[in-house]
Amino acid sequence: MHLDSNTQNTLLDQLSQIVSSEYLLTTTEALTPYECDGLSAYQRLPVAVVLPDNIEQVQKIVQACSNLKVPIVARGAGTGLSGGALPHEGGIILGLSRFNKILSIDTNNLTAVVQPGVRNLAITEAARPYGLYYAPDPSSQIACSIGGNVAENAGGVHCLKYGLTVQNIQQIKIVTINGTLLTLGSETFDTPGYDLLALMTGSEGMLGIIVEIVVKLLPKPHAVKVLMASFDKVEEAGNAVADIIAEGIIPAGLEMMDKPAIHAAEAFAKANYPLDAAAILLCELDGDEDQLEEQVIVVEKTLKKAKANNIVIATSAEEQAKLWAGRKSAFPAVGRLSPDYYCMDGTIPRKQIAHVLQKISEFSDHHGLLVANVFHAGDGNLHPLILYDANKEGELKTAERFGADILELCVEVGGTITGEHGVGHEKIDQMCVQFSPAELTQFFAVKSAFDPDSLLNPGKAIPTLHRCAELGAMHVHNGELPHPEIPRF
Amino acid sequence: MKIKDNDISTSLQQQVKSAINDKKSLCIQGGKSKLFFGNRFDAELLDLSQHTGIISYEPTELCITVRAGTKLSELEALLAENNQILPFEPPHYLFTDKDGTTHNTATIGGAIATGISGPRRAYTGSARDAILGVEIINGDGEIVSFGGQVMKNVAGYDLSRLMVRSQGTLGILLSVSIKLLPKPANDLTLSFDATQDQALAVFQALRVQQLPITASVWYNNTVSLRLSASELILKTSHTRLNTFLNDKFPALSSAKADNKSTSFWQEIRDHTHPFFTLTDKPVWRLSLPPATQSISQIDDAIAQKGDAPEPSQLIEWGGAQRWIHSRTPANIIHNLAQSHGGYASFFYNKGADDETFPALAPELFKIHQQLKRKMDPHGIFNPNKMYQGL
Ligand SMILES: Cc1cc2nc3c(=O)[nH]c(=O)nc-3n(C[C@H](O)[C@H](O)[C@H](O)COP(=O)(O)OP(=O)(O)OC[C@H]3O[C@@H](n4cnc5c(N)ncnc54)[C@H](O)[C@@H]3O)c2cc1C
Ligand SMILES: Cc1cc2nc3c(=O)[nH]c(=O)nc-3n(C[C@H](O)[C@H](O)[C@H](O)COP(=O)(O)OP(=O)(O)OC[C@H]3O[C@@H](n4cnc5c(N)ncnc54)[C@H](O)[C@@H]3O)c2cc1C
Repeated sequence: MHLDSNTQNTLLDQLSQIVSSEYLLTTTEALTPYECDGLSAYQRLPVAVVLPDNIEQVQKIVQACSNLKVPIVARGAGTGLSGGALPHEGGIILGLSRFNKILSIDTNNLTAVVQPGVRNLAITEAARPYGLYYAPDPSSQIACSIGGNVAENAGGVHCLKYGLTVQNIQQIKIVTINGTLLTLGSETFDTPGYDLLALMTGSEGMLGIIVEIVVKLLPKPHAVKVLMASFDKVEEAGNAVADIIAEGIIPAGLEMMDKPAIHAAEAFAKANYPLDAAAILLCELDGDEDQLEEQVIVVEKTLKKAKANNIVIATSAEEQAKLWAGRKSAFPAVGRLSPDYYCMDGTIPRKQIAHVLQKISEFSDHHGLLVANVFHAGDGNLHPLILYDANKEGELKTAERFGADILELCVEVGGTITGEHGVGHEKIDQMCVQFSPAELTQFFAVKSAFDPDSLLNPGKAIPTLHRCAELGAMHVHNGELPHPEIPRF
Repeated sequence: MKIKDNDISTSLQQQVKSAINDKKSLCIQGGKSKLFFGNRFDAELLDLSQHTGIISYEPTELCITVRAGTKLSELEALLAENNQILPFEPPHYLFTDKDGTTHNTATIGGAIATGISGPRRAYTGSARDAILGVEIINGDGEIVSFGGQVMKNVAGYDLSRLMVRSQGTLGILLSVSIKLLPKPANDLTLSFDATQDQALAVFQALRVQQLPITASVWYNNTVSLRLSASELILKTSHTRLNTFLNDKFPALSSAKADNKSTSFWQEIRDHTHPFFTLTDKPVWRLSLPPATQSISQIDDAIAQKGDAPEPSQLIEWGGAQRWIHSRTPANIIHNLAQSHGGYASFFYNKGADDETFPALAPELFKIHQQLKRKMDPHGIFNPNKMYQGL
């Protein structure tokens, strides 16, 4: 899949006429930082990295690649966890990091116009003086780009109440594979025609290059309260989540951690987590003072009824930050327990939480690898962290198999293989489990409407039917396994 | 609420396959409540109204999966029993038969296919925001599913959201999974007098106030706000609203509780309010950035002589949705909406043969055609309904 030297020379010659030499990287040394994204287990070097800083340049770069049939992989900040921005050996990386300006903030319509390379947190920082913020807050928000967020439909701790990226953007501009600039969505609440804005969100750089985004801003909540509850049984914590929702309350955030995760986070962040608990729940409530007071009473009562044995209510900003510090540092904290860890991202119906955690611990015994569970319990989005050592022969393979088992389990119980990290390069085989050949064919049909030669991030996100057939993966429909009687690991 | 469990997907699939074989196109019909919406075209009728029933519903999952022909009225009654609601408050409209009797027959499939959202939309999101998954018959006559029943799901392209507002042109919805919200304990409607300019200024200032507002209307020089919360919070919110009005808009009188609440919002939602029923002029819907200034003067200037002096505008969604009666030529209204950064649709065209939706930019329309061709290769689903040539 490498480029022939003729095409490569023509390509580099054309690209050098579009951007100055410092923004066209071709030496191995300069390319190496782009060899992987946040999932460093997969690495490849591209032919070149191009770093434009205006839309016209993007259009010309895309046109040049399109004419020469050279694959293009867009890249934001490279924090993706599914190998979405993994380079193509025969293609270029189109880096959007220089598109880093917030173009305007509209305090009347509560929107901001931003370039794709702007960091997620920078939007909230720019909006703060106006009492506004951008709601989706992936844990990577200090680093990840808003363009990458749109391409992955990123979520965060607060998306249970405030939605994912798709519910928090109004308009984007994209450059299509033939270099055309299109505006999708609008500055109003709806747009005539098909909802291409939604289609583009989460499309992992496979349908177009996102070059401008209009995000929605929200007024900062007047008040915030955080509750922490500990449980003797994981199952009880899982039930408590459903009970809170049954009370008619949608918390701003509802997170759960299991014992290994609690221990790791406590050792790292000293958040005062109870070390003897089987699981803890962190519940954040926000809104107007009066409404909040009412909700705290209901949630506390509900947690008690659900057998929480210790409830801490943090009212001051410092106490709240401390409780969150443990959760937010859970990944690096787990990272200290083991040379490597592999972060999974399935979503399951909430009622399956206890069952799935039980199965994960069985898988853990079976594969002989430890696992810590940190997750967005409110929306059933699991992040099991599988601990392994890449230097030990075969452990990466075992970790991958363990991860695949978890994802297939998620599909089996009626969930999905990815809640927010995307399919990318990593989960492509599990797509064969979640979707039937007819469904995958439909995805290819959509892809070809936008990108007939498959030059935009080729080989990612949607597996070919051929690949699925070779893998012999079983498509699980509505949680019904083809052969339920066969024991599976 | 008992909803009839009737799965006719095999027969529907058969009809689609025959249509493909016979090279005939289909007119997908749900509850006949939106006969006025979209272009007329020639096609064989495919009736979804018998494909009904709840496939799965567990209130604590905040999600329901329901067959497309299920009536909105029955679905909402079931949700109400469990203290839940559809976040986007879909309009039912009504189907009027030959002898003039009206029927509340709107289906969830039609609500999703048209993607029309009601009064709550500006506060709790639209139909497309709430959709989690779909099962469809695709253009090859196969039954396929996209999305699912969980809130977070990014596996594959988001074809469930693409189905919303596609007006039945990309596939037949067999069932949909929808995100639900808890039903607020109580509603309170508060009203006060205001000119259009004043109303828009109030809406503007309220955007950052964090009152539990779930609907807003300005009509006939009156602002009506619906607040939804517990009895106690409604009481404090009423006081807070009046303090706010007093501080920021001393010229306005304070807001009073209005007891016609439920029926009023239903009339606004279903267009049975006099604004919609009493006029003989075409009704336009303008979708605008919410902070768009008052456009009444422009409308007055283009109003024809002899028009009755009835109030010609009704504003919803804090300014983002504006309904206008007008005989002004379509191109002028489209330009007017576009000049404010929005768009206009010809909602009730009263016999005029202009298209419902405004023209798309040529490059954008080309992508629409490519997508339609890929999703519906035989061109059988509601051809020309949304746009000629789509
Ligand atoms: C510690 C850590 C915590 C994380 N926590 C979360 C979390 O809580 N929630 C969550 O959702 N994610 C999380 N992530 C994953 C990641 O941060 C998100 O997926 C993020 O949206 C990626 O943004 P990026 O700018 O880094 O994109 P990249 O990694 O550069 O790219 C991601 C994908 O988007 C495409 N892309 C990027 N920019 C564009 C563009 N302008 N146009 C078209 N396609 C483009 C790429 O081709 C690629 O397929 C986490 C990652 C880390 C490392
Ligand atoms: C006997 C008869 C013949 C007709 N023939 C024609 C004709 O040839 N051409 C014509 O233009 N009109 C025809 N109509 C009118 C036609 O019913 C409506 O134009 C149109 O289908 C509107 O649907 P609805 O009123 O049922 O609205 P709703 O049920 O509210 O549906 C609104 C929209 O959603 C679509 N829709 C509804 N359910 C689904 C679903 N499950 N999946 C996908 N899309 C869905 C509809 O097609 C429509 O576009 C006919 C009506 C009758 C009674």
